[in-house]
Amino acid sequence: MATEILMPALSPTMEEGTLAKWLVKEGDTVNSGDILAEIETDKATMEFEAVDEGIIGKILIPEGTEGVRVNTPIAVLVEEGEDVSALPSAAPAADAGNEAAAPAAVEAPAPTPAAAPAAPVVDLSPDWPADAPMKQQTVREALRDAMAEEMRSDEDVYLMGEEVAEYQGAYKVSQGLLDEFGAQRVIDTPITEHGFAGIAVGSAFGGLKPIVEFMTFNFAMQAIDQIINSAAKTLYMSGGQMGCPIVFRGPNGAAARVAAQHSQDYAAWYMQIPGLKVAMPYSAADAKGLLKSAIRDPNPVIFLENEILYGRSFDVPQVDDLTVPLGKARIWREGTDVTIVSFGIGMQYALEAADKLAEDGISAEVIDLRTLRPMDTGTIINSVMKTNRLVTVEEGWPQGSVGSYISSVVMQEAFDYLDAPVINCTGKDVPMPYAANLEKLALVTTDEVIAAVKQVTYR
Amino acid sequence: MATRKSSKKPNVSADELKHYYREMLLIRRFEEKAGQLYGMGLIGGFCHLYIGQEAVVVGLEAAAEDGDKRITSYRDHGHMLACGMDPGGVMAELTGRIGGLSKGKGGSMHMFSKEKHFYGGHGIVGAQVPLGAGLAFADKYKDNGRVTFTYFGDGAANQGQVYETFNMAALWNLPVVFVIENNQYAMGTAQSRSTSTKDIYHRGEAFGIPGEIVNGMDVLAVKEAGEKAVAHCRAGKGPYILEVKTYRYRGHSMSDPAKYRTREEVQKVREQSDPIEHVRELLLSGKHASEDDLKAIDKEIKEIVNKAADFAKESPEPPVEELWTDIYA
Repeated sequence: MATEILMPALSPTMEEGTLAKWLVKEGDTVNSGDILAEIETDKATMEFEAVDEGIIGKILIPEGTEGVRVNTPIAVLVEEGEDVSALPSAAPAADAGNEAAAPAAVEAPAPTPAAAPAAPVVDLSPDWPADAPMKQQTVREALRDAMAEEMRSDEDVYLMGEEVAEYQGAYKVSQGLLDEFGAQRVIDTPITEHGFAGIAVGSAFGGLKPIVEFMTFNFAMQAIDQIINSAAKTLYMSGGQMGCPIVFRGPNGAAARVAAQHSQDYAAWYMQIPGLKVAMPYSAADAKGLLKSAIRDPNPVIFLENEILYGRSFDVPQVDDLTVPLGKARIWREGTDVTIVSFGIGMQYALEAADKLAEDGISAEVIDLRTLRPMDTGTIINSVMKTNRLVTVEEGWPQGSVGSYISSVVMQEAFDYLDAPVINCTGKDVPMPYAANLEKLALVTTDEVIAAVKQVTYR
Repeated sequence: MATRKSSKKPNVSADELKHYYREMLLIRRFEEKAGQLYGMGLIGGFCHLYIGQEAVVVGLEAAAEDGDKRITSYRDHGHMLACGMDPGGVMAELTGRIGGLSKGKGGSMHMFSKEKHFYGGHGIVGAQVPLGAGLAFADKYKDNGRVTFTYFGDGAANQGQVYETFNMAALWNLPVVFVIENNQYAMGTAQSRSTSTKDIYHRGEAFGIPGEIVNGMDVLAVKEAGEKAVAHCRAGKGPYILEVKTYRYRGHSMSDPAKYRTREEVQKVREQSDPIEHVRELLLSGKHASEDDLKAIDKEIKEIVNKAADFAKESPEPPVEELWTDIYA
């Protein structure tokens, strides 16, 4: 049976090409793998090999022909003894691939109605019983307890990182874990972030639930390919077959006087990646509850802590299994005049500002996002529908910030409720300086939050 | 590059030889078909063919046991076929259809099978190396006696994360066989222009990892080396490196004109060292199979590949809802 040999596509973008040279002639016997012709694409001259074996019955497109469309028959392959005289001459370009390759039309999502949206439904349930007994604990202790509790209940959970075991943690977050769980589950790594992040991701593919501690998230930049390309995308790329249950945690953002390379807030970076979840707690109770949820989550979770907050004490409810769901904001303080949204250490400035504003008779509602992805934008919108004014507070840089995303969501979904433009209070648009006075200026401050609130409330 | 001539008489049964012949032929015919479908515009993007390197995976699969794991780079079609993944599912992934192993969402470079312990299919050069050591880490943690084959090329061997991984794999005694598929070209850059050492496995010595050169055009030599490496890992002695010297006949990807080497060079390997021809000769000269027997195998393989191609053409594109699924578990 005669087989048409079609003009091949030889690059992802090729639509037509020049049949530069035939390396076979009519009557030649060809085997699979033999080079039939040279074809010029827009990028290069490529050799075109035979797939099937047979005899070149007829050459339909002579060499030197330009602009030959992909899938045009260029020659006919026949079997031995087959009559070649009956073969057709050059046929019009047959679009053999097209009927199958045409992509299905994708309908654009319906535009969001601009006017008066219904208030989003949000989860307002308490995270723990109101009458739970409380104990003062530092964020550091709360994080340690979260890991210890999860390691006790699930043998597949292990902790890996620089100085997490014998040194008891560079910031003492993993204190006591080596004694309780042994060197098999609390593992000191060499200083090799890219490598151990990859090993941890591989072990998660293999059925374990790693907690990877980065000494700081600044060093996770060395590992970011494994975090994004391997951990975050594999579930999607595998059509849902293989996920990556892993937590990457460690201090993030500015500490004090450690200058540009050790002082960066990665909240906005990781928040952008589909497939990742991103938590950034402020209080000890949230740190504990969110970390326990993160360890149990079947997805990769970026858990952004803060060195300055490690030593701060908060009330932590003494309940059996304290968890806080990822993706649920917390309203720290109710108010009526303005909404202040923050997360992580930014909450410190937000809450201080709210206290001082109250003295001036301005009632601020303060929302702690706690999780940046998925983000509880519903709670923000509901608040803005009440206060009509919004200020965001974060330590990171202004361009492409968490606040700029929140602003765009609020503008699209609650534009008619805004009585003033949203203001984003951020770190300054500079690398972190070392000098004490300059460092102070580079960070966001409570006074800046107060000024922003006064601006949006026209006071 | 080593030629295929084994000095020793093969210690292998006729059935095994036929099995290797069949497996290698399946990969070659499959890849030729993939090249053809690419030419027809049915496969898009990058498509890296394995033609010429078939003896590497087929030999190592012969050394693997049930439950052992494997992970590789973007040149992954051969690895999937050799570990028993469905040719139709692989081909339909190449054409971006719902019947593909990743429902059409991964493509040529990103396929996985938990069932067959195939952990991808990774598009970032070298990234699969720590991932493979991580799979071995999980096996060691669970103390289940399994071994992971971590494949990478001579190009990937210059990535820093490979040596970060060598260090930890040796330090922690991980049961991982590092398989360097040295096809001599990192895309268009010959090994001599990219790599300071002639033999890459030597670099393992700096970490205390033993290794050896293997003739990758001889499936029996690959199998023998694989068995040795696997025994080393299973005995709890830590990682092992196999630098398998091989050759790819086609360009780096479909759009590579391969001007960095001569046609004569490729032709010489094909004529003198082809891994499939080698087994074919062993079968015929040892009277383990007749020409007719081999023709029957050829026919069977052609049918499998044609069936896979038909499936890949007929399977529909993923429904648009698939855009939004599998982002979170």
